[in-house]
Amino acid sequence: MPSRTNERNFKRMNRRELLKLTPVLALGAFAIPKLQEPLLKAGLGFSDWASGLIFRKNHLAATFADSEVAPLEKFPINGYDVDDPDVDLENWTLTVSGEVQKPGEYTLAQIQALPKIQQNTRHVCVEGWDVIGRFGGTQLSEFLKMVGADPTARFVAVQCADDYYESLDMATAMHPQTLLCYEMYEQPLTREHGAPVRLTVPTKIGYKQAKYLTDLKVTRILDKVGYWEDQGYSEFYGV
Amino acid sequence: MADAVLEIESAKSGELTPAVYEHPWPVRFCHWVNTVALFVMVGSGLQIFRAFPSFGAKIPEKDLLNWPKAFALGGWLGGGLQWHLTFVWIYLATGIFYLGYQVFSGNFRQVLFVPRDIRGVWPMTRHYFFFGPKPPAQDTYNPLQKLAYSSAIVLGILSVLTGFAVWKPVQFSWLAWLMGGFHLARVWHFAVMWAILFFILGHLVMVVLHGWNNFMSMLTGWKKNPEYTPQ
Repeated sequence: MPSRTNERNFKRMNRRELLKLTPVLALGAFAIPKLQEPLLKAGLGFSDWASGLIFRKNHLAATFADSEVAPLEKFPINGYDVDDPDVDLENWTLTVSGEVQKPGEYTLAQIQALPKIQQNTRHVCVEGWDVIGRFGGTQLSEFLKMVGADPTARFVAVQCADDYYESLDMATAMHPQTLLCYEMYEQPLTREHGAPVRLTVPTKIGYKQAKYLTDLKVTRILDKVGYWEDQGYSEFYGV
Repeated sequence: MADAVLEIESAKSGELTPAVYEHPWPVRFCHWVNTVALFVMVGSGLQIFRAFPSFGAKIPEKDLLNWPKAFALGGWLGGGLQWHLTFVWIYLATGIFYLGYQVFSGNFRQVLFVPRDIRGVWPMTRHYFFFGPKPPAQDTYNPLQKLAYSSAIVLGILSVLTGFAVWKPVQFSWLAWLMGGFHLARVWHFAVMWAILFFILGHLVMVVLHGWNNFMSMLTGWKKNPEYTPQ
């Protein structure tokens, strides 16, 4: 037998139940122009924090057979500005600074003297496309060891010949598949693909894989994160 | 919560109107948060899709469709990603809270499509789409509704799983593998979105057809004059 109530009482009950939904209105904060930007920044920051937890330093990205590699002409050239920033390849050096024991200028020959790795890995672009390429170079971790980088420093920041810049968290920089890449398809890097040295980071999104490196800094504090990150892209963006 | 079934006595005529408490607070809360979250996820997802509206290679790029900017959220790829990667956590948290509540409260019985509902699907379909007679209503949801709502919940879970496979194909390589690889994961993620939109369309049509009392039940929990006899 259902209990009985009067209309007034029923209305009051309904109002009370409706009021219980007011927390939903908090989402309206996203519609307030002043709050929108900081809220989305916090949301993206939370995503990056979660990404850091999800990242496993010894988990390897898939590698592929030579038959699965896209031909070089189908590997997109995705500079943000110029395809060829006129790097003087003859006199190029990588300037190393920051929390390292041996700062200074490093030549391509010094980088190439380190153990060489060849890997067929997937390059994933933030836009949604991806391409499998063949990359050759030395592990960034080997190079960091050579220059005496402090492994407790948090970031490796790079500067590029075309005023692009990027940074990697130390765990990613030390990942075995993170390369200072000087070859694609077993040929020296072409200018469009970042001659003489670029980053190849199969555990990161494409925009992290900076080309035409000129400077490398090991640091605890980043004054700027990366060209795209500083315009609102994810700072960590691991894949 | 008050009693689940009430009779409201009119002050003037003394007439009795039955009312039933159909939707507990957590269900209503999740429903409306999800309404906003889905709107944002679809809008920003389509913004992200606009950056590369294709499922093939980059070279040569064959676009599937040119989605208009007016029906996308975020203004540009970076903005779309900010919305998407912010609201995914709201969407996910709501989903986990909803599923947890349904399981632990036992309220899932209201909505979960179970084998004995199968025989009721066709009579209901015939009624909705082919002018068949209306089967008697017994519960909050008829078998076809249970099928639709249960499917929507499965689609919600799939939207998250396919999304994580697209977002982290390396760390969640097993997820991407389950979906047939990174490329197919993108296709599934896109397809699941359309399936959810199809569900929403049907849902909205039914909400309009079933009128005010039914709509109010998702706001206050109480439905006046339910079509069935409340137990």
